[in-house]
Amino acid sequence: MSHERTDVLVVGSGFGGAITAYHLAAGGAKVVILERGPWLTTTDFEHNFKLGSSYTRAFDFVVGDGMSILGGNCVGGGSVVYFAAMPRAPRFVFERRGSIGRRMWPAAISRDSLDPWYDRVAESISITQQGWEDVSYAGGLWAAACDHAGRTANPVPAAIDTGSCTNCNWMMAGCRFDAKQSLLVNYLPAALAHGAQIRPLHEVQSIARADDGYYRVDYSHVDEEDYRVVTGGGTIEAKIVVLAAGAGATPVILQRSAGTLGDMPHAVGRYFSGNGERLNTAVFNEDRVREVLGLSRDDGLAYAANQIGKGPTVANWDRLDGSLPEYTRFSLEQLYFPPGLGTILAQVADEEGLTWFGPRKKEMLKDWQSWLIIFQMTEDDNEGVFGPPPARGNADRISQQMLGLGRLRYQPTENTWRGWNLADAEVKDILERDGLATVTPWTNDLIGAYTVHPLASCRIGDDPATSALDDRHELRGHPGIFVTDGSAVPAGLTVNPAMTIAALAERAVPGIVEAARARGIDVKYGAPAPDGGTGGRRGVADLLPTLTRS
Amino acid sequence: MRSPAPDEYQIRTTTLEAFADTILPGEKRSPDDRAVAGVSPGGGAVAAGAVELLEWDATGVSEGLDDFARLLNEHARAYAAEKGLSPEGPAFVTLSFAERTDLVRRLTAPGHPEKAMWISLALFCYMAYDSGAHLDTAEALAAGHPGLTAMGITRPDADGLWRFRKFSYGRALAVPHPNTTPSGSPA
Repeated sequence: MSHERTDVLVVGSGFGGAITAYHLAAGGAKVVILERGPWLTTTDFEHNFKLGSSYTRAFDFVVGDGMSILGGNCVGGGSVVYFAAMPRAPRFVFERRGSIGRRMWPAAISRDSLDPWYDRVAESISITQQGWEDVSYAGGLWAAACDHAGRTANPVPAAIDTGSCTNCNWMMAGCRFDAKQSLLVNYLPAALAHGAQIRPLHEVQSIARADDGYYRVDYSHVDEEDYRVVTGGGTIEAKIVVLAAGAGATPVILQRSAGTLGDMPHAVGRYFSGNGERLNTAVFNEDRVREVLGLSRDDGLAYAANQIGKGPTVANWDRLDGSLPEYTRFSLEQLYFPPGLGTILAQVADEEGLTWFGPRKKEMLKDWQSWLIIFQMTEDDNEGVFGPPPARGNADRISQQMLGLGRLRYQPTENTWRGWNLADAEVKDILERDGLATVTPWTNDLIGAYTVHPLASCRIGDDPATSALDDRHELRGHPGIFVTDGSAVPAGLTVNPAMTIAALAERAVPGIVEAARARGIDVKYGAPAPDGGTGGRRGVADLLPTLTRS
Repeated sequence: MRSPAPDEYQIRTTTLEAFADTILPGEKRSPDDRAVAGVSPGGGAVAAGAVELLEWDATGVSEGLDDFARLLNEHARAYAAEKGLSPEGPAFVTLSFAERTDLVRRLTAPGHPEKAMWISLALFCYMAYDSGAHLDTAEALAAGHPGLTAMGITRPDADGLWRFRKFSYGRALAVPHPNTTPSGSPA
């Protein structure tokens, strides 16, 4: 039986997929990208909460046992729906030991050795170091409260063109104004220009070995409106498979493939990290904002601007201190969270304690414009484990889009709770000072903990017992299969991970090229940035020998 | 799709409304409104369209609504028996607001075997109120949707898109961390 064949098959079109696809296509390989979500473009991005709008088409919300994951589900993946914060990970993160008693990152990677790869990303994706004039009211409020409490606060570097940004805060539905520098405006069009093909609504189910050293990848066609419906399927064979379906999906595909590919490394579907994420909601007293912090808007209001902005604009990094013990370090970032997902989990005090529903909660919603959401990124314990995979995809889909039930089980350890409790206390100390606000954490009782940055479920490392990939991102025991998404990141980063996922994908490319060449594919490494810039390429030249085996 | 007899449909709808009203309560629509307990001024989840949203097949819960309502009333009967109450009619509706609240708290507590189901029902009640997920958002705002209006969500520009021309205090409000790199990242 003959099947369509290609040199390289890339599963997923987020950071891990788009970056590798671009470089491999630019280097001469025939590249096909399969993306389970739709291909949306600028005019598709709506300002609308109605089910079926881009807001629900582009997302995947998977409820697990103790942890729920919000991820991208469209061409461009997380880069289309994320808030575009692009900090580099602090130096101490790479030295973390976690629960395994040894350094979790491969010896080859440190902040110093990753910096040239971060530079490559920074040359390819336009990242703005925001000034105070770019900071939203919400970010300004967080900064002023931090300052009042004797803390520092930083404008966050972001992949946003501040000149065209309207501060609409709809960026989770895709940017209607092309201000967000998603992969739709850099790596992906460059990959297409070099002949790569992107096939949306193709959900990869499993991988098997085929003849002549090829891998066979089976996929389903997903209905463009109702993702519960499969309209067909097919098979493609490839010499190289790059898995970048996201940390909530990549391990599920591999688990499902164990019957055809053979045993998977122990760490596939284990060591999942939610990036230590947790959210707090502060409801501000507008009078105190004016009196204590001296803030007022041009229109006379003090704050009342939860709706206005561009996601996170200011973070507190005082606890990103490498001299502190592990599990006590975290960042605190001002964040916008839209209604729908950002309100039900907020808690309010009533006679029985904290509650998430009822008349008091409705009163709290009346003050929604005076809310400030603080996003904690702490050091968790990589305690997430995926159970046996569902029949199809990475979840049993409930709604036509977005909502599904997955197999992730996450029981936070004492270490993880230590970080969360410290971060809760720090936020309270900063924001309840002098009657500024009332702060409550989001409840974990409804859908468990909640992450928008799933990581580590198929991670790189030096120890085969605790890492699924070697330090070149190749799946142990399955040469020619590489994983380049957030699942490859060994552990929580204490900051937004997109920049690190992208840098690791850049760093993985030379090894993938070498593997492709060994399989007879005529491809070479060395493409410039998508816009033709060559500074980043020069910056990594000295590192290339360390990334190939020859 | 099944079409229950009119009285069954009425019981089902009233029961779902009472559940939605427990999550985000509102004022009674009429003096004889039994589903809405009337503990909160202004419209709540029911007035925001919770049942309309639940009945939309896009949610994935519409086919199960008959069963949800029947099960909720079974739980309510058991609850009433435990409290020495003897309800007449749809049991959940006959409970007081405090009793409804207590029962919903139990059904959604960690460890309850049906927790995921009741939380998904509650999630759509929320979404009816806080985002009008069954409605075009701009049209819902123009029509005075109770949840979006109460939350103070502003209206979009004439083209249905939001733009905020003023968005920043425009001045330095804190000292950045000393260990910040030239590109703005933590060192």
